[in-house]
Order: sequence, then C-alpha cells, then structure tokens
Amino acid sequence: MRAFLSQSEALHLLARSPLVIAAALVALLAIAGAALAPLIAPSDPYDLASFSLVDGLRPPAFLEGGDTRFLLGTDDQGRDMVSAILYGARLSLVIGLGALAFAAILGIGLGLAAGWIGGRFDALVMRIADVQLALPAILTALLVDGIARGLLPSGARDEVRIPVLVAAIGLSLWVDFARTARASTLRAKNEDYVQAAIAMGVHPARILFVEILPNVLGPLVVIATVDLASAILLEATLSFLGVGLPADAPSLGTLIRIGMQFLLSGEWWILWLPTAFLVALVVAINVMGDFLREIFDPRLR
Amino acid sequence: MIPFIARRLVQSLFVMLAVAALAFALFRFVGDPVSQMTGVETAPQDMERLRVELGLTDPIPLQFARFVGDLVTGDFGYSYRTRQPVGEMIAQRVPATLELGLVALLISLVVGIPGGIYAALHPRAPGTQALLVGTLIGVSVPTFVIGILLIFLFGVKLGWLPTFGRGGTVDIGGWRTSLLTLDGWRALILPAITLGLYQLTLTLRLVRAEMMDVMRTDHIRFAMARGLPLGTIHYRHAFRNTLVPVVTIVALQFGGVIAFSVVTESVFQWPGLGLLFLESIRFVDIPVMAVYLVLIGFVFVVLNLLVDLLYAAIDPRIRVAGAA
Repeated sequence: MRAFLSQSEALHLLARSPLVIAAALVALLAIAGAALAPLIAPSDPYDLASFSLVDGLRPPAFLEGGDTRFLLGTDDQGRDMVSAILYGARLSLVIGLGALAFAAILGIGLGLAAGWIGGRFDALVMRIADVQLALPAILTALLVDGIARGLLPSGARDEVRIPVLVAAIGLSLWVDFARTARASTLRAKNEDYVQAAIAMGVHPARILFVEILPNVLGPLVVIATVDLASAILLEATLSFLGVGLPADAPSLGTLIRIGMQFLLSGEWWILWLPTAFLVALVVAINVMGDFLREIFDPRLR
Repeated sequence: MIPFIARRLVQSLFVMLAVAALAFALFRFVGDPVSQMTGVETAPQDMERLRVELGLTDPIPLQFARFVGDLVTGDFGYSYRTRQPVGEMIAQRVPATLELGLVALLISLVVGIPGGIYAALHPRAPGTQALLVGTLIGVSVPTFVIGILLIFLFGVKLGWLPTFGRGGTVDIGGWRTSLLTLDGWRALILPAITLGLYQLTLTLRLVRAEMMDVMRTDHIRFAMARGLPLGTIHYRHAFRNTLVPVVTIVALQFGGVIAFSVVTESVFQWPGLGLLFLESIRFVDIPVMAVYLVLIGFVFVVLNLLVDLLYAAIDPRIRVAGAA
C-alpha cells in the first residue's frame, strides 16, 4: 500500500488549507497552555489559600468592574478563571490521552492477536467488538464507571477517579484500533515477506510489531486523532453529568457543570469561557483528524 | 427466507443471553445484595437466613437460570434506593424517553434526508457549504453544550420555551404523554432538537455520500442519456438505491437516540429512562442498572434483527446469500 504522500505534497496540501493551519495553532496553544499550567497560570486553583471569597464573581479584566489580576474574571469562590481553565484543560487532556493510550494498546494488541491466531479466538474478539460497537460509547463509559463505584469501597473512590475514568473511556474506544490492526494482519499474513520471516523462525511478536504494524500506522494515527477528540468529549460529558471528576479537582466538563448554576444570572464568563475552550479544542482536533485522513487516504482527494 | 430468519433469531437469542450474563454478573458480584437489602443492625444469622432464602447459596448456573427466568416473566426485582419494583420504575419512565426519542428521530430525518439529497445534487451551491460546515459543528460540539446553548437562547434570553421538565402530560391508560397538550409540545421542542442534532448530521452526511455514489453509477448516466426528467432520475432511480444503508443507519440510530438521551435528559431534567439510569449510577443502585442494561441490549438486538429482515426485503441479493 503506497498511500503516503511525499513531504512536499503534504506541505502543499497544508498550504492550501488555512483552516487546518488555524486548527493546528489552536490545538497547539491549548495543549501548551494545559501542559505548562503550573508555570504560567496566575494561581493554583487547587490551593484553597490562594483565592478568597472577597474576589468572587469578578468579570473579566476588560469589562467594567474587572480587576487586572483576573484576566478572565473569577467564579463565585474567587478562583481565577484563567487558572481554572488551564488546570481543567490539563486534567481533560491527561485523561483523554490516557484513555487513548489504553484504547490503542488494548485494541491494537487484541486486533493483532486475533488476526494472527484466527479461529475461535478471532471470532470471539470480533463478536465482542460487534457488541461494543452497538453500545454507544457514553453508555459503556457510564456503565464501567458505575461498576467501579460498586466495587470500590466509598473511601477509596476519590483517589482512583482518574484511573477509573481512563479505563471507562478507553474501554469504549478500542474497537476501531482492533479492527484496523486485525485487517492488516489478515492481509499481511500470507504475503511473502511475512512467510519468509516465519520460515526464518522470527518470533511472532516481532513479526507483528516490526513487519505488520508499520503498514497501518497511517490509518491508526487518523483513528487516534479522532478518538482523542472523542475521549475529551466523553470525559467532559461524564464530568458534566456529575459522574466524572469531583468539584475540587475540576476538569473542563466539571467547570461547565458548575457554570450552569450561573446560566440565569449575569456571570456569563463562568459558564461560557470553559465551554468555548472545550469546543475550540475539540473542533481543532477534529479538523486536524479530517486533514490527516485526506493525507492517508488518497481516494478522498 | 425462512432459514435466514431462523438463523438470525438464534443469533439474537445468544446475544441477549450474553447481555443477561453481564447483567447477572453485575447484580451478583458488584456489591453484596444481602448487605444492600438489610440495615447495619441486622444480626449475622438473619443475613445468612436471607442469603439462603434468596437462593444466593445455590450453584451459580442455577442462579443465572433463575435470573433469566425472572427477566423473561417480567420480574425485575427491587431497587436498592427506593425499594420499589424496578419494573414499575422503568415502565413509568419509558413514555417520556420514547416520545423524546421519536420526535428527535423525526427531526433528524425530516431535515437530514432532504438536506443530504440537496447537498449531493448541488455540490457547489453556497447552501451546501453552509450545510457541511453545520454538520462539522454538529459533530464537534458536545450534546450538552448544544442543550445549554438552546436553553440560554430560547429559554433565558428570548423566554419563548420552557427549559426543564415535560410540561403538561395526559394519562392515557397508564401511558403519560406530553404530545396532547400545547404545554407538553413546547417543553419537548428544545430537548428533541438537542437530541436529534447529532443524528441529523450523521443522516445528512450519509445520505449525501450515498447519493453522490449512486449518481456516478452507469445506470444513472444511462438514464441521463435517455433524457429522462431530472426529478424522475433523482428520486425514482437514485434515491431509491440509497435506501438500504439509510434504513440501516436510521434504525440503528434509534438505539443510539435512546442511549444518548441520558445526556439530554440530564440537561433538561427530562424525567425519562436516562435520568433514572444516571441516578442509579450515582447511588450504585445495581438492580436498576442491570435491568436498564438488559433493556438497552434488547432494543439494540430487536432493531438489528428488524434491519436484517428489512434488508432481505429490500435487496434480494442478501436473501440469496443468506440461503446459501
């Protein structure tokens, strides 16, 4: 399969689409801001001593009544919105990337194994994948979260919130990885270079990861990009529904849930700023995913 | 046709058994049913007696068989949280979710199918570009944000529509409907749009892609060459050929609509199944979670089955392959 573009072709395609450049910039800025939150955020939103009720409900600095210390205003607790959003985005991205890694490792591993071993194991994995695909991701994530709540003693729940969320979201996204990896394994299994490697006595794991997996790296990157957007959305949705992260460690979804209380009063920034940040981040990642798909799938051009 | 149906029925039965096994595992192994049903002051020997009475000391396969038997006969057990029968709790919530889901699906079809056809037939029109940008937003903006936006715009700023609850409902033989009062319809509009928007974008994109594929085929070119009226070509020859994938997605989407209603119902405090499921997760109300899981599984299996049968009815090639 020779679906890849040369570097100059890709750059040419990129130059033609200012939307993609803008999206990449937005995503890069958001990710950098989140990653560097402890360094660049004006205050630490987890540190109760760093904010006080006196500063509560300040509008953004550029509005009347704003305070230059709080560029985007404060919430009812007096928390700086810039800091809350950066730290929230940091949590959202950590969980999103963690869930993505979980889904990729599980999906690619199962897909390669199913394609290689074949037979009953293959049939079993693919039936599970079918059922998983029929169940919407949000339901799987809610269900896993609910089961974890039941299994864990109530005292331990808060400490393992993040791993539970990562597993809940990761478990709902593995199918695409598995199908792609399996299909490429099935195709490659009978090719001469794989048969030669088998004849030479190369370990199957080495064949799978060194000979077969690189064939589908392109499509896998596309799936990973789109799934990152889905993972961030799922986390935000779960936190918005109140089954994700608690209010003392707010992710973007939790911030939006808190902001809902101010929908009727005038403090729009508490709700709409985290919402705008979340939507911008997800749209940017999706636009990049579409672009990557065009690069790796020449039929779409 | 008969062997095809029979085989699909058997397959569906196995899927339902698998779902039931999952629900049983949830019920039996997540948390201890006996300690959930009793208080702290219950004596250990009383708990042991209850355990034997409930049959929790029997072999696991026997317990599973009893669990399936209870499900089939409509005995869904009692909620840990409210102590009410789960069957009643769910039956009370079904009308709200079903009405919301059906109206949402209707919106997505009434806008999505004509929109998709238009976008496919006029690829360069400004209207198409607007539609496509709209679908990109529909896919990227999370459902709950769309709900909040609609509440803010039409509920808070303009004050046109209510933002929570079902409005006035009428009880018809145990089915509480909000479709018979003006108030109920007004309350239904915003949640239905919120729930339907994502499905709408999917339908629109799918119809457009299928339609564009069909328009490129030889029989359409031949029809053009024959000089048939464009309307006949578009709707009698082209659109009809997109029906198989469209019917599939629409039917499967209905399951998705029911499942996604969890988010919409939470935003609008819509008293349906999704809200019940969410509450049961928050309170670790295992029996309700287990029955909801079985119910959703059942809806998906039935829809899948219907789709396959419809397929066989629409496209004879599938029937032949199924018989072979």
